Amino acid sequence: MGSQTDAGRDSTLKPASDDIFGKVRRVEADGRPVLDQRGRPGEDLLRYFLIFCAVLSIFTTLGIILVLGSESLQLFTNYGVNPIEFLTGTDWNPQSGRFGILALASATVKTSVIAMLVAVPLGLGAAIYLGEYAPSRLRSYLKPILELLAGIPTVVYGYFAVTFMTPLLRGILGPDTVQFYNNASPGIVIGIMIFPTIVSMSEDALSAVPRALREASYGLGATKFETIIKVVFPAALSGITASIIVGLSRAVGETMIVALASGAGPNYDWNPFVFAETMTAHIARISSGDLSYGSVDYNSVFAVGLTLFIATLGLNILSRWITNKFREIYE
Amino acid sequence: MSAEVQPTPSTVNPALPTEVEFKGLLRRRQARGKLWARFFSLSTIVAILALIALLANIINDSFGYVVIEYAVDPTTLAPDGDFEALTPEQLTQILVDDNKNLGVTIRDTLSVVPTDQFSTTPMRLVAPNAVLPEGTADKTLRELTPEEVFAITVTNVPQAALIARIEAEVTRSTVREAYALFESLTRRAEIEQEYLDDYGGATNTATDFYFRSWLNIDYILSGQSSNPTTTGIRTAIIGTLWIMVITVVFSFTVGVGAAIYLEEYSTGNTWFERLVETNIRNLSGVPSIIYGLLGLAIFVRLLEAITQGRTIISAALTMGLLVLPVIIINAQEALRSVPSSMREASFGLGATRWQTIWRTVLPAALPGILTGTILAMSRAIGETAPLIVIGAATTIFVDPNGPISKFTALPIQVYQWTARPQPGFRQAAAAGIIALLILLLTLNAAAIILRQRVRKGLES
Repeated sequence: MGSQTDAGRDSTLKPASDDIFGKVRRVEADGRPVLDQRGRPGEDLLRYFLIFCAVLSIFTTLGIILVLGSESLQLFTNYGVNPIEFLTGTDWNPQSGRFGILALASATVKTSVIAMLVAVPLGLGAAIYLGEYAPSRLRSYLKPILELLAGIPTVVYGYFAVTFMTPLLRGILGPDTVQFYNNASPGIVIGIMIFPTIVSMSEDALSAVPRALREASYGLGATKFETIIKVVFPAALSGITASIIVGLSRAVGETMIVALASGAGPNYDWNPFVFAETMTAHIARISSGDLSYGSVDYNSVFAVGLTLFIATLGLNILSRWITNKFREIYE
Repeated sequence: MSAEVQPTPSTVNPALPTEVEFKGLLRRRQARGKLWARFFSLSTIVAILALIALLANIINDSFGYVVIEYAVDPTTLAPDGDFEALTPEQLTQILVDDNKNLGVTIRDTLSVVPTDQFSTTPMRLVAPNAVLPEGTADKTLRELTPEEVFAITVTNVPQAALIARIEAEVTRSTVREAYALFESLTRRAEIEQEYLDDYGGATNTATDFYFRSWLNIDYILSGQSSNPTTTGIRTAIIGTLWIMVITVVFSFTVGVGAAIYLEEYSTGNTWFERLVETNIRNLSGVPSIIYGLLGLAIFVRLLEAITQGRTIISAALTMGLLVLPVIIINAQEALRSVPSSMREASFGLGATRWQTIWRTVLPAALPGILTGTILAMSRAIGETAPLIVIGAATTIFVDPNGPISKFTALPIQVYQWTARPQPGFRQAAAAGIIALLILLLTLNAAAIILRQRVRKGLES
C-alpha cells in the first residue's frame, strides 16, 4: 500500500525559477520533475472516509459490547442481582426480583439440542449424498433447492412450526402429551432451518479432500462407503465440526420460530413437550411492547441479550479455532 | 461406526480368507454401503419433503371456504345486502341510524388539516376541495348542525368510503370458520353441510359462505384493520420498501467503502487490518436479535433527538449494521476477482490510486458487488426479530411518509397475524407470506441474472 505517496520520498522541494506560474515544483535529486507528488486533498479525504467505513464495523462490535454490558451492569447494581444467582437460578420473574437465567436458558438448550438432533444426521447424510453420490445433473437441481430453503425468512419457518409441526406432533403423540406451545416443534423446525447451512459447509469440506486420498483407498480395495466413512470423512472432520458449531450457534440465536411456537412465559422444565420461553423469545416478547427505558424489564432484557451474545460468540470463535487448528492442508 | 466385526483380513491371523469367504465378505460390505447410500439419499429427500410441506402448507392456508357472520344482517339495510346499489343519501342514513359520528368520516376522507385542529378549523380550510352547502364554509365542524354535516357527507364523501365504514362498523363481519384449500376441495359437501347445520345455510342472510382467495387485490391495496377479511398489507409493504431503500443506501456505501479499503489500500498485515477482518467474521455470526438490542439502545434511545425513536430510520440503520458484514465480505470477494493486471495497466497510464479504483476496478467488480448487495437485501427483507425489538408499531393505520415516521413491515405483519388465535388471521398471514416470498424471489432472480451477466463478461 501507499506506493503513490511513498514513491517520491527522496525528492526535495526546490523553487523552480523558470516556472512561469511561479509555483513550487518538486524535483528528484537528479533534477527530473516528480510526477506524482501533486497534493490530492480529495483523495486523502476519500481515504479517510474509507478507513471510517472499515472502522464502523469495529464500532458496531464495541457498541454491542458497551450497550449490552452497561445495561446489564445496571441490572446487577441497581437491583442487587447476584451474578451467581443470575447464572444458576431457575426462576425468572424480573417484576418480583427473581433473575434465574436457567429458566430461559434451559428452553434454549432444549430447542437447540432437538434442532441438532434433526439437522446433524440429516445434514451430514445429505452432504455426503450431494458431494459423493449424486450425479452432477441431479446435484445441479438439488443445490438450488437447498439455497431456496436457506433463503426463506425465519418468520415463515415460525408459521410452519405453529400451523404444521405443532398440530403434527399433537396428532402423533396426543394433545395430552404435547402442549400447543412446546419446545419440540420449534426445535424440529429450527433443525430444518439450519439444515442447509450444515449441508453446504460440510459439502465444501468434503469436496476439499483431494482425489488422491480416495483413489488410494479404492486401490487398497475399500468400497465406496468405506472410503467415505474411513478416509474422506475423517479428513474433512474439522470443516464438518465447524459447520455443526455454526449451525448450533444459529439455533441458539434463532428468534422468530421460538417466539411463535415455544410459548409466552419462562418455565424451568426439561420436558420438551411443555411450553417454555427461550432467551430469544423472551427478548422479543418483552421488547415488543412499549418498553420504558431504564425499567427492570428493559435492563433484564439486555442481560439476557448479553448471555446470548457471549454464548453465540463463543461458539463462533470455537468453530473458527477448530477450522484453523485441525484443518488438514493437502498439497 | 458400528460395533460389528470388520471383515478385513487380519494381520494377526496369517490365514487369509478363502475365495468363497472373501466373496461373501465383499457382498456384505457392498450391501452395507448400499444401505447407507440409501440413508444418505433419504436425508436429501427429507429436506425436499420439508420444503414441499412448508410451501404446500402456506398455499393450503391461502385459499379456501370461509363462513362469515355479520353482527347486523346486511339484507336488512340494503336489498340483497348490496350496498353499491344504494344512493349516498341512503348510505349516509344507515350510518346516522346506527349513531355513527359522520365527522369521523369527513375527517378521514376530506380533511387536509392535522387531526387535533380538525374540529376547530373552518370547513373551507378543512376541506378546500369539497363542495360545501350555503353557509357552512366559515363554520367549524362543532358549529355545524347535524343536517349540514349530513349534506356535506352526501355530496363529498366517496361511495366506497361510506360502504367501507358501514361494513367495518355497522354490519361488522366476523370470520367464524376458515377452511384450508385441501379440505375445501376434498370435503366440499361436508363443509356445506356444516355450514347448514351450524349457521343455517344460505337462508341465514346474516351469514356469508364463499370460496375465498386470501391473497387478492384488496388485500394488497388495503391498510391494516382488525378484521381479517378487510385487513391488508399496503402499509406494511410501504414500510418494508422505505426500510429497504435506506438500508441499501447506508449499507452499500459503508460496506463497499470498507471493502475497498481492505482490498485496495490495506496490506492485510497490520494489526488494524487483521482486527477489522476478524471483527467482520465475528459480526456475521451475531444473532439478529442482538442487533435489535443495539438499535434499541443507540438509534431509538440515545439518538432519539434525530431519529424520533421507533421510526423507519432507526429500523433501517439497525438493518444496515446487520447486513454490513454480508456486503463487505461479498464486495471483498468481487474486488479480489478483478485481475491485478487491470490495476497495473491503469497505474501504468499514470492514474492515481483512486482513479484506478473508481474507473477501472469498481466497474469490473460492480456486478459481483451488486449480487452481494441484493443477497444482503433479501436477508434484510425477511428479518423480523430486530424490528420487533426496536419496536415496529404493530397496529398502524397511517402509511409511513418518510424516514421519520412510525412503521410496520411485512414480516412483522406475518408474525402478528400468525400469533393471533381468531379464525382468519392465520390465512391472512399465509397470504402475507406469499407476498413476502414473491418479493424475495424477484430479488433473487435479479441476483441470478446479474451473476450470469458477470460470467458472460468474464468469458468475453
